[in-house]
Amino acid sequence: MRPSQLALALCLAAGPALAGNDPPRHQLPVSPDGNLVVGLCDGETSIEVKGVKPGDQLTREQGQAIADTLMKEWRSKHPDAEWVVAAAEPPAPGQLPGVKALGQDQFQTYGAFTERDQQIWKESTDRLVAEGKRIFHDDKALGGTNAVSCDMCHPDGSNTHPETYPKFQVQLGRVALLRDMINWCIENPVRGKPFADDDPRLKALEAYILAQRKGVALDYGKH
Amino acid sequence: MAHKSIETKHYEERASFFDDLTRMGQLSRRGFLHIAGVSAGIAAAKGLIVPQSFQLIEIAQAAETATPAFTIAYVSDTHLYTRNVNDRFIRSAVKAVEDVNALDPQPDFVLFGGDLAQLGRREELDLGAQILKDLKAPVKMMVGEHDWFLDMGEHWQALFGPPQYSFDHKGVHFVTLMSVQEKDFWTARGMTPEERMHTVAGLDNGIQSRFEVGPDGRQWLQNDLAGVDKATPIVIFSHSPLYKYYRNWNFWTEDADEVQAILSKFDTVSVIHGHTHQLLLNHIGNIDFYGLLSTAWPWPYAPEGLPKLTVQMNRADPFNAFDGCGDGQLNVLASGMIDKVYNLWNRNPVTVRASYLSSSGAKDRPPATTLSSY
Repeated sequence: MRPSQLALALCLAAGPALAGNDPPRHQLPVSPDGNLVVGLCDGETSIEVKGVKPGDQLTREQGQAIADTLMKEWRSKHPDAEWVVAAAEPPAPGQLPGVKALGQDQFQTYGAFTERDQQIWKESTDRLVAEGKRIFHDDKALGGTNAVSCDMCHPDGSNTHPETYPKFQVQLGRVALLRDMINWCIENPVRGKPFADDDPRLKALEAYILAQRKGVALDYGKH
Repeated sequence: MAHKSIETKHYEERASFFDDLTRMGQLSRRGFLHIAGVSAGIAAAKGLIVPQSFQLIEIAQAAETATPAFTIAYVSDTHLYTRNVNDRFIRSAVKAVEDVNALDPQPDFVLFGGDLAQLGRREELDLGAQILKDLKAPVKMMVGEHDWFLDMGEHWQALFGPPQYSFDHKGVHFVTLMSVQEKDFWTARGMTPEERMHTVAGLDNGIQSRFEVGPDGRQWLQNDLAGVDKATPIVIFSHSPLYKYYRNWNFWTEDADEVQAILSKFDTVSVIHGHTHQLLLNHIGNIDFYGLLSTAWPWPYAPEGLPKLTVQMNRADPFNAFDGCGDGQLNVLASGMIDKVYNLWNRNPVTVRASYLSSSGAKDRPPATTLSSY
């Protein structure tokens, strides 16, 4: 009998998740001595690294030893399974139910996405845009203090012209990006506090505003 | 020399220019042209690229047109919150009242164009009534959707009376319509009055119904106009535009065609409407349409559906809370047609002659747009 195949994809840290939609996480046991605990991407296996605290620099040898130990642990749990790296042997087009591969002429790992992948990506992107739309229409979410929200002057994000930035903003006396103007509006008509550059609310607002101008030619510097 | 901002310089130039005007007293057309020439000269000497300043081309022409039979001033779309929430819109409303009170001679009456309140609250409407009490001339009230959909007009009517009425003034028949009726979208959704009000207060949510005068309102209009001679000039005050401009933002009156049909038998009809917060002109059949400015904020022009005859007002400066806002006058001519003055704050006033619309744009085109929509 053919051994069951188990495909494990490379685990990447999930990006900042939107509130209330956190993906399931691998809950690592806590070391009683405060040592570093490293988890395997099967979501179950983990080891404690003796004498190493979280945040310590590891040598390549130490890293390799950790990886080998985890692998050995996994093999002992799954004696009949074969460790396969997903991208090394992609499923043939049409092999997965409901999934159709795109562009088969020049195969490459980077381009090996399916319609299903694209749906997932679109949904994730639209979720960020929707969050931006929510904030755009909500004076409280903007941190405003006078009941003014963006949509009161910019229905559907109109007259925000993100395609014209960067440009010299005469009233500021300097070159501004879209985010500078978003923050200007938050500080002035909305009477709130400007968002930090990495504030998820600012990112969501940018996403919403840009999404409203799909198809409009970029024209930076335009007045 | 102390640094002065562009804005400060602008105001100084403007003040000195109007001082010159005052000194000249009774102005001849030549006098206006002289000053226009001087201001252009100053602009050129300063090396300004755009000689936008104060050339008063409009007023120079005004000297040659007939004196209006009478004048109406307007204030519209104040969108008041209570003072503890937001005092900016209150300052704007007070500024408009001061503008109108400074008119000499005073207008025969002042039209309030609707949306006195932002969220239809009793306190907002009371505050608005108090501010409008300072107007020296009599006030004619029109209702907007922001005044209505919290308590379905209960408090507004207690303050100002029925939202639909007509009157005659110096040979013109005036009708104020309640044109922001909506079909019930709230009951099925189980909305509270506050939720209903918030939904109507947003332009781009797509949940609410479209505005309409409705069958009862249209019947009332038909009855009201039944005894009016077709040669009598008709002026309609309506909050919604009474034509179909842009559905997604409710710049729209669902039964506009039916209402226009009722008005079609009259020789001279003008519709003066609020809601759109922009310089907006249209001419359909026998009807001229003029949109009023808001004191609170300007709306951008909609991405489609803008009437061809509209000469866009320049884009608003986001750094100036008053720019793109304002008030204005309706100069009713002996013919019953209306010259319309858009008194845009911090800008030169824009006059739109009745002849511009009645000639379908062939004559008296208003000054061109220099900063159109993106």
